[in-house]
Formats: sequence, C-alpha cells, structure tokens
Amino acid sequence: MLYAPLPMHIPDGFLSVAVSVVLWVLTVIAVAISLRRVSADLDERRVPMMGVLAAAIFAGQMLNFTVAGGTSGHLMGAALATILLGPWAAILVMTTVVGVQALVFQDGGLLALGGNIFNMGVIGVLVSYTVYRAVQKVAGGQKWGLYVGGFSAAWLSIFIAALAVGLQLALSGISPANIAIPAMAGIHALIGVGEGLITVGALVFIYASRRDLIEAGEKQQTGGAIVWFAGLAIAIALAIASPLASSNPDGLEWVAEEKGFLDAAQGPLYEIIPDYVFPGVSNEAVATIIAGIIGVVIVFGVAAGVAYSRKKRLTA
Amino acid sequence: MHIHFLDPYHHRISLVHSLDARVKFVLTIAFILTTALTPHAAWPVYILLFATILAATLLSELGIGFVLGRAALAFPFVLAALPVIFTLPGPALTSFSIGDWTLTVSQSGLERFISVALKSWISVQAAIVLASSTPFPDLMMAMRAVGVPRLLVAIFGLMWRYLFVLADEALRLLRARAARSGQADQPGLKNGGSVTWRARIAGGMAGNLFLRGFERSDRIYMAMVARGYDGEVRVAPLPPLHAGSWLALGSGLAVLAILLGLAYWL
Repeated sequence: MLYAPLPMHIPDGFLSVAVSVVLWVLTVIAVAISLRRVSADLDERRVPMMGVLAAAIFAGQMLNFTVAGGTSGHLMGAALATILLGPWAAILVMTTVVGVQALVFQDGGLLALGGNIFNMGVIGVLVSYTVYRAVQKVAGGQKWGLYVGGFSAAWLSIFIAALAVGLQLALSGISPANIAIPAMAGIHALIGVGEGLITVGALVFIYASRRDLIEAGEKQQTGGAIVWFAGLAIAIALAIASPLASSNPDGLEWVAEEKGFLDAAQGPLYEIIPDYVFPGVSNEAVATIIAGIIGVVIVFGVAAGVAYSRKKRLTA
Repeated sequence: MHIHFLDPYHHRISLVHSLDARVKFVLTIAFILTTALTPHAAWPVYILLFATILAATLLSELGIGFVLGRAALAFPFVLAALPVIFTLPGPALTSFSIGDWTLTVSQSGLERFISVALKSWISVQAAIVLASSTPFPDLMMAMRAVGVPRLLVAIFGLMWRYLFVLADEALRLLRARAARSGQADQPGLKNGGSVTWRARIAGGMAGNLFLRGFERSDRIYMAMVARGYDGEVRVAPLPPLHAGSWLALGSGLAVLAILLGLAYWL
C-alpha cells in the first residue's frame, strides 16, 4: 500500500461492543445533522465538490515527507477540510474518507467504523473549527491568523482525537488507561506537528494561487456558537478526562464496571456458567479439540466441494 | 503509471462473488459483530469462527494466501493491547525484569491479549473477503439497502470514481518532487533541506492536489448540469432479493446465531 495511514484507525476486535454502539450512535447523529445542514445550503455544486475533495484527501494521505529514522509525516486532513469547506461539509468529507478506508482497504474495522469516524471526522473537525475560529477572531482578518489558526487547528485535532482513541481503548478494557492514553498522546503530539506543517504549507499555496477559495471557506464557517462550544467542550473534556483517567486507572475501570461496559464486553452469561465445555463433555480441552475437528471437517468439505465444482466447470 | 492496483476487487467466478452484495454486506457485519460479542478466551468458538471464514475464503476462490497476507496488514495495531498482558490482575504465570522494572505476566492478561489479537485477525478476514469479492458499485447498493442516506452514498460514489484520478495526480506530484529535489539513493545522505522545508513542500503538494480537486469538481459539476443534474440525487430502485439470496441470508445468520449461542451457553 502506497499510503501509510495514521496509527489511529482502530481495527475490529479492540473496542467492546458497548463502546462501539455508543460511538456509532454519536456518529450517526453528527452525520445526520451535517447532511441536513449541507442540503439546506441549496448549493448543488457541493455534492461533486465533497466527493472529489474526499478523493483529494485520501490521495493527499499518500504525500509524505521524511522526518528522521524512517519515520515520515503525513496528512489526516480534517483541519484543512474544515478551513476550506466549513464544519458540515468537512464532517461528510471525512466520513467518506474514513468509510472507504475501512470498507475497501480494511484500514480500521467495520464495527469500529463508528468510532473511527467519530474520532477523525467529528472530533477532528469540531476541534479544528473551534480553534480556527478563535484564532481568526483574535487575528481580526490578518494573514497570520490563517497560518497560526491552521497550524494549531491541525495539531490539536490530531492530539485530541488521539486522546479519544486512548480513552476508548481503556474503556473497552483493552489497554490500561495509564499506558494507552499517554502513549497515544505522546506519539500523536509529534504526528500533529507534521499535520500542522503540511496544513500550513497547503494554506500558503492556496492563498498564493487561489485566495478566493480561502475567502469562500471563510463564508462556510457557519457552525455558529453551538458548534463552537461543542468543539471546545470536546477538547476540554478529553484534555481533563485523559490525565485524570491515566493517573487513576482504577477509577476508569470502576466507571466501566459501574456502567456495565465490562459486563457487556465479557458477557454476563459467561460469568454465570464458568465451565467452558460442550454439552456432555466435561473438559475444556476436549471441547477445544472437538471444535478443531468440526472446523477441519467444514474446511475440508468446502475445499473438496470447490475443487469438484471447478473440475466440472473445466471439463464441461 | 496508473494506480488501479489500489482497487482490492478481484474478479473470480465463485459462489461468494455471485452472492447478492446486500446479503454479503449484512453477513459480514453480522460475522464481525458475532466475533466481537464472543467472550474472551472462548477458544472452541474462535476455532469455529475461523473455520467459517476460512470456508468462505475457499468458496470465494480468492486464495487463502491472498486473504491471510492482506490480514497481516492489520497486525501492527495489536501492539496497543500488549500492556494488558502485564496489567490485568490474575494468577501470575511468569515474571521477568528489565532494569528496575519487574513485569509479571498474568494468565487472564495473556488470555485477553491473545483473544483480542485473534478476534481482530478473524474479523479483518471477513472484511477482506467482502471487499475483494464485491465491486464498489455493489457495495454502494448494499449501503443504500441498509439505510445510508442517498446524499452520503452519492458522495461515496463520486469519491470512488475520482479516487484513482486524484491518486494518479498525487503519484505525479511525488514523481516530480523526486525528480527535482534530488532524492538521495544512498542511505545516510541527506535528501535536501530541513525538516520544516520538506514539510512545507509536502504541504504545497497537498494544497496543489486540493486545487486540482476543486477545479476538477467545477468541471464535473458543469458536465453533470449539462446532463440534467438539478441538485437532486436520483438512483435506480433496488432490485428485489431472490429467494436464494433470502435463503443464504437466513442460513448465514442462523449459523452465526448458533456460534453465538455456543459462545454463551457453553
């Protein structure tokens, strides 16, 4: 594969079912609101634009630059999409990018897709929006606001999304909070610098050649105060929750247990009937062996069937 | 040089390829959900799940080596679950020390780590069989069938159609950079400029790619308008499911329900 994706796409098997479902619900709500807002725009130009720009972000993730020791910086694109398209279209564009990555390229799982869209699409875009708007306000329309806003939006979108991934892994009981969160945060604090530099480079280029696109992007920053505060709330909540969770992992485990997360993850019935055996078979090892034999029979049966039908097709 | 090799679809004449995409899509999601719901350390059920997906791979005639090879791509993330071996409380198996640190491997920790790795490995195989045996337009039909809004499906479709065009553009940009900034062949030689300089160049390329995307989307919009586009996304109605497809869907879901029942009942 030519593009080297961020270590942020969670595969299947890592998130517990409860965490996956909650993240799917949040994602569906955010995408539904975005679809409604984009449709209300009545700008029919935007449908092909979002499709092609999603393709551009996907392809843009192939562009990398070497940092040191075989590592390289590259683009996630949430901040760039937010600055150029506004938050609503950016959420749809990132949803499409992450969706195709999972559906076609197995980059991130299908059950975990809700979480991946939420982290990279929703959190990435909302945090970018909040930061970029705030810096723009302070800069008062001066040129440095574009670059400082672009860099900080890009860096923070990666960093906060990484905190979210760490927290979700900890809630799923996969990785202890005091290891998962600092590790994700540390790696992505560096990756975020690459994202920030590329985003600024792209903005400089577009500002020099098609300033009207940046100005058109300004007009699309129509999230309003609610979205601005939503981005702020996500950023602050994750920034506060993460150090708390990692300095007090038992607390998180307690929350997880209280909320029934761990139960849902491990299966309450399994706790009630601890002996793991086939009916009438009193030994776990025997059950495993029987399962193995059944598996081998299934696979060989299918293999024989396929071989037979292929032979018939060839001779026919 | 074109980048069509990105497309994972492999044409074969097989049962799995001829199965209705909607059925395949729902069964794949159901399989991954079953795998996720299976408790940790349910080894017999993992074996049966693996046998099921291996049987599907055989039926798809994609080749076991191909599917397992692609599945290996998903492995690096397993590192994220590694610490759980040492941190989950449970009977200690063994312990070793690195410097001042003493790491104790607990049995429940090791079981959970192996379970997560296996579940993730089994799930990704299902996703690979789906993507490699189903052309993208059929996947879009499946997305519509499970209720993804039309507008979003239309954006997915446009993205897929132009992905290869823009990936080609990105390849050309990379080739131009390699030709102009004197990429060093020998390891250890610096290949031009400071890190910030290189990052700015990559950023300029990304901006360039965006601009090409913007301009192309304008032309696409004009072409769409010329052909009658009025802002409404129109799609052909979904064809009805054949009896055979219903049968495949029902029996597939039944097998998964039995596996899930085994996982909890045993």
